[in-house]
Amino acid sequence: MEATALPNDGTHRRSTALVCKHCGVPVSAGNAFCCAGCEAAYTASSDAGAPVLFSAAAEKNEQGNFQLELGVEGIHCASCIRLIENALVANDDITAARVNMSTERLSFAWQGPRARGDALAHQVQSLGYKLYDLSNKAAKAGTTDAEKELIKAIAVAGFAAGNLMLVSVGLWTSTAEAMGLATRELFHWLSALIALPTVAYSGRPFFRSAISVLRSGHTNMDVPISLAVILACGMSISETMRGGEHVYFDSAVMLLFFLLIGRYLDARAKGKARQSASTLLSKLAGTAAVFEDGALVRRPVKDLTGGMRVLVAAGENIPADGTIVKGESEIDLSLINGETMPAYAEVGTQVFAGTVNLTSSIELTVDKASSKSLLSEIVRMMEVAEQGAAKYVRLADRAASLYTPVVHAFGALTFLGWWLIMQAPWQVALLHSVTVLIITCPCALGLAVPVVQVLASGQLLKQGVLLKSGDALERIAGVDTIVFDKTGTLTLGKPELIGGEYNGEDLALAASLAVHSRHPLSKALVEKYAGDITHLEVQEHPGKGLSALVGGVEIKLGSRRWCGPVAGDDAPDLELWLARGDDTAVRFVFADKVRSDADHTIRQLHQLGLKTILLSGDRQATATKVARSLGIAEAIAEVTPTDKCSYLAGLKEKGKVVLMVGDGLNDAPALAAADASMSPSTAIDIAQNTADIVFQGEKLAPVLGTIRTARRSNKLVRQNFGLAIAYNIIAIPLAVAGYVTPLVAAAAMSGSSLLVILNAFRLKRKGGF
Amino acid sequence: MDVLLYLIPIALVLGGAGLAAFLWTMKNNQYDDLDGAANRILLDDE
Repeated sequence: MEATALPNDGTHRRSTALVCKHCGVPVSAGNAFCCAGCEAAYTASSDAGAPVLFSAAAEKNEQGNFQLELGVEGIHCASCIRLIENALVANDDITAARVNMSTERLSFAWQGPRARGDALAHQVQSLGYKLYDLSNKAAKAGTTDAEKELIKAIAVAGFAAGNLMLVSVGLWTSTAEAMGLATRELFHWLSALIALPTVAYSGRPFFRSAISVLRSGHTNMDVPISLAVILACGMSISETMRGGEHVYFDSAVMLLFFLLIGRYLDARAKGKARQSASTLLSKLAGTAAVFEDGALVRRPVKDLTGGMRVLVAAGENIPADGTIVKGESEIDLSLINGETMPAYAEVGTQVFAGTVNLTSSIELTVDKASSKSLLSEIVRMMEVAEQGAAKYVRLADRAASLYTPVVHAFGALTFLGWWLIMQAPWQVALLHSVTVLIITCPCALGLAVPVVQVLASGQLLKQGVLLKSGDALERIAGVDTIVFDKTGTLTLGKPELIGGEYNGEDLALAASLAVHSRHPLSKALVEKYAGDITHLEVQEHPGKGLSALVGGVEIKLGSRRWCGPVAGDDAPDLELWLARGDDTAVRFVFADKVRSDADHTIRQLHQLGLKTILLSGDRQATATKVARSLGIAEAIAEVTPTDKCSYLAGLKEKGKVVLMVGDGLNDAPALAAADASMSPSTAIDIAQNTADIVFQGEKLAPVLGTIRTARRSNKLVRQNFGLAIAYNIIAIPLAVAGYVTPLVAAAAMSGSSLLVILNAFRLKRKGGF
Repeated sequence: MDVLLYLIPIALVLGGAGLAAFLWTMKNNQYDDLDGAANRILLDDE
């Protein structure tokens, strides 16, 4: 077992008892760490793996120094910021180091050669923070330029709307006789002076989008918006010039203000979803240690080709499908087949990309390039499944496609009606037709969806549920069948010590041995043990167990057969045995525990009228047992990834709307094929990447909570559409009849927008799972 | 009504100054790391 030194500068690892072991902040007696974050980072620092090459992504900054931006995992509090920044700044050649806590990014610049970046990055890694390459641009940008432009547009529109209101209130509360014609005209010109530059600046997002869809011969919500704003301004200028009574500058600017807010919220929700998706994606890219001309170099996984010889250290992912040529170890295959127990592997054993090498380092020759590995096969299968899934049309888009023609038809009919039937001058007819366009402008519609979505995703985030696509909530709301994977989804996917014939002394000794191993059973044993660890010289025997000499006696911790004279044959339970010399061995029994609230959650899901199905790659007996204990009626077991995918396709053909919840590589194609999908955050990257929603924690309740929130928010969105339609039913006849003055327009527009926002906030009031 | 002749420009200038200040903070990326900024005040300058 490798003994990892901690190459820290020593300043923040004080040995005094009353400071945090990680960051040195004083803590209350009895606590080793100031917070959970420090504890996690401290634990991780002892398994910081081999340095990974990041420096290829470094770029020259303005001062001519290299600058690198990386994703950081595990920043929890101010101490983390200080630790990372101080560790980097302590180097003389560092010119800048900055942690961005909101986006979990670290950017630093240094003088000197590019390769120096790797050593610097490794310093941060050895503090216990996991770094990853931000290989794609989308992951890099925190706030995108588009969002910034929207905020600026909102700021300008808000400023202008406020000042216009100041002038407009004067106009509304007074008459021309009272204020004098000259004053009214001054006010009109003043309004024009404020409004026109604002519309030209803040209206750009709408105008641009409207022009681009019109060019392609389609229409969207931005067309009526742009038309209404431009017509309102144009008409108001002409009214101002001919000394007319009503100008609608304030309406035009207020419209923009409200709509921009909706647009920004929408962009923010989409941006967040996109960002979390691409952050997950960047974590996938890794490197592998390859022997080249006798020397070991790290190469990106995607550059591996057949015949290369690769060294895989204990704890590393196997980068490509290959055959072991040196060493023996245990391989965690759970990603491929969902099995909890690792498999023993020796020279000649074939191993697959994506599985984890657990006990000792092995060397293998690559059989297939990484693009042809089993992993890639599954990825390809996923892509096919994704293409097959019908493209979902969002509710708001469906509404928009109906809305635009109806509104424009009303506008045109109003003009024709006043001009031809009522014999009004064309200017008057146009005025009325424009007020129809202004008042029907989809202010409430533009806000209806984004406000609800932002509130819902914020609420879910607080519960540890991360939305990865903007329309995920809408799709989940319509689900009627939920398909669960077993290992890692309904269960925690890691064994837990549940019993055995051991005493406290046995546990202490076993834990002191087990702490040296990455085997899941060893980890479970250590987790259960709270006391001090005795330092031992431990030897690891792959496929068998661990051994150490204590006071001249050989202590063994491992399989039943290896630990010597134990009666009985291999039991099906997960177990470890501890043998002291020739004494009788004692047993530790483990089980892959079902998530603590699983049966409660499943029952609640049934109450919501949802059908649940268990779909597992595990043996039928195990699957049926778990399904029965949770009250799931249907359990389909021993399925391959392809079967899972086609089973979902079958369900969909029967008209079911399916939510797939899974965590393994074998689930990934099924996740892609389902109408909506969720993954626990312990899932492998590909599954997390494919799923629409990722949830954290050891409970299954987020599945229920997400469905509830999705249904509630969908209901609110529909209510908001209803409100918007009701508003139009009242407003349109008024506008057509010519009763809408600027005051009425302003009151109606802000009133309906407020109503929609307030309605959306009801989601928050009834919040919680 | 003469009072409007300087009240309105004053209102516009004050509001405009606020707007300009906001746009300046935007341009300086002051809203990029709100969580970090909230935590950094807890750190002592060393």
